[in-house]
Amino acid sequence: MENVIQKNYFKKLHKKKELTDKTKTVLVTIAAIVFAFIFLTPIILTVSNSFMAPSEINSNYGSIFETTEKGGKTFISKEVNLKFIPDMVTFSQYYIVLFKSPEYLLKFWNSVIYTVPIVVVQLIIATLASYGFSRFDNKIKSALFFGYIILMLMPYQVTLVPNFLVSKWLGTYDTMWSILLPGFFSPFAVFLLTKFMKRIPKEVIEAAAIDGAGEWDVFSKVCTPLCKGGIASIAILLFFDYWNMVEQPLILLPNADKHPLSVFLSKINAGEISLAFAVAVIYLVPPLLIFLYGEDYLVEGISYQGGIKG
Amino acid sequence: MKLLNLFKKQNTEKRNNTKRNLFKKKKHTANERKSLISWLFLLPSLLGVFVFFVAPFCVVIYYSFINNPIQNIFVGFSNYINVWNNDAFRLAGINTIKFSFTAVPLAVILSLFLAAVMESRIPFKSYFRSFFLSPLMVPTASIVLIWQVMFHYNGIINKFLMVFGQSKIDWFKSDQARIVIVLLFLWKNLGYNMILFMSALASIPKDLLEVAALENANKLQIFWYIKIRYMSSTILFVTIMSLINSFKVFREVYLMTGDYPYASLYILQHFMNNTFASLDYQKLSAAAIIMFIVVSILVYFMYKVEDRFGKDVEG
Repeated sequence: MENVIQKNYFKKLHKKKELTDKTKTVLVTIAAIVFAFIFLTPIILTVSNSFMAPSEINSNYGSIFETTEKGGKTFISKEVNLKFIPDMVTFSQYYIVLFKSPEYLLKFWNSVIYTVPIVVVQLIIATLASYGFSRFDNKIKSALFFGYIILMLMPYQVTLVPNFLVSKWLGTYDTMWSILLPGFFSPFAVFLLTKFMKRIPKEVIEAAAIDGAGEWDVFSKVCTPLCKGGIASIAILLFFDYWNMVEQPLILLPNADKHPLSVFLSKINAGEISLAFAVAVIYLVPPLLIFLYGEDYLVEGISYQGGIKG
Repeated sequence: MKLLNLFKKQNTEKRNNTKRNLFKKKKHTANERKSLISWLFLLPSLLGVFVFFVAPFCVVIYYSFINNPIQNIFVGFSNYINVWNNDAFRLAGINTIKFSFTAVPLAVILSLFLAAVMESRIPFKSYFRSFFLSPLMVPTASIVLIWQVMFHYNGIINKFLMVFGQSKIDWFKSDQARIVIVLLFLWKNLGYNMILFMSALASIPKDLLEVAALENANKLQIFWYIKIRYMSSTILFVTIMSLINSFKVFREVYLMTGDYPYASLYILQHFMNNTFASLDYQKLSAAAIIMFIVVSILVYFMYKVEDRFGKDVEG
């Protein structure tokens, strides 16, 4: 008798626990969905708005962005509408951006010219340097590495004056090189890659050395291939960062023709608002593709960063 | 015969020994040579960092102590005093500090919360991870557009407020502006921090948690005594990275509000950019060095705190 009661009691307890677990899961999932919605709204809105005709955009956001069409600054409408689905899908914005207004494409191309070389060259230099840092560790090297960390942590406001001075000395001020050269030697990639390199077991390297591999062989045939994932993840992070650069062009490129699209877009926001959405989507495409293909690398790369000392 | 054999044996042993010694020596020099070669790998980066960061920074220090680059007269700390007493610098500094000190703790706490959400059992976990991480790739331009649509005086948020009978808030041109920017910062950075915390949570030894659960430790105790301590170096890293990223929020602020925004949005980068426009090297240099010192002190301080807090777990 007693046994049965106890059994029932445990059954009930178990059931109760199961129930609270279930409600907990539901609550957590709801929280996750709410967060996800907030996180995704800007992207969804940008994309869906890019397929709306100018008239629809104007009637939705006419009260926010002023038009300069009729001479003065006027608001078109007084209402604002949040719409995720266009009344009528149109590609006219894209047509205008891609075929009718070369300046957007030119600025897009500027962005590519700044971003791609910086990512590639910084990674090459950083791969070499991180190998140098990870092999034969000694006091001088750790002191230097600490210096790299300090430099990496400095906000751009601090390094901006040095960048400006060097660009004046080298005569690169107002040319693309004023952006590229400091980007090549930025310590960020060195810092992260050294973490990857240091995780390669010593035995692997020693085994290669016993087989008669020289330092270059160890570097190029053993260590670099082992760090492929790390290199990919850092490439992605670097790309996102430089694709959105704003501070450097504002200081180092007084000539607005050379500005990347990231800076230029702010200037069309005011006027042709419907175009701005289409340009924003076009600007989103490269990072989006990289994100979709490289998300796992990205996550792995970020995970490795944790613990600045390790 | 025997003797001869012994002699031979001895001889070979001797030879072997010298051979071994020779080998040892050779190995030693080989290692030294390799160590030298490892410096060659470092060379390009070291040179670049020296030319583009270290050397000009020394010049910046020099500039901060002279009256102007033509006369080169040493003026002591007067540039620093000038900058320190400059109203624009004060405003920018105070705004930046206020912003960072609200945004960074919020970023750490909320991303820890998100990581905890991701750790519990929810369906479609990998999708949620992608969603939370996605703001990382969204170009500033889209962010700026959407934020304007949302927070403009005639924007979506105010429309909602009106529906609920509240009065409109002029988000960009009032003291509420800081809220808008903090939200933007959080939206952009939470996913990144979340991944860092997720990997830290995953690396806590499972048996430790099981033992704690067996000994009737409650969730709060487990969280405080085990998880937080194991994650202390990650918390330090997230804090530092958030601090650095909080300086980067200028991008969005600038693109939305231009060179001279509402006073509560005027941050250090605005000050630097506008000082650049007037080509006042002395002021710029002094400001840059003040910032360098402040950031260094902050980082050093955080290291010390982490050292004390996470001492008993590491190693």
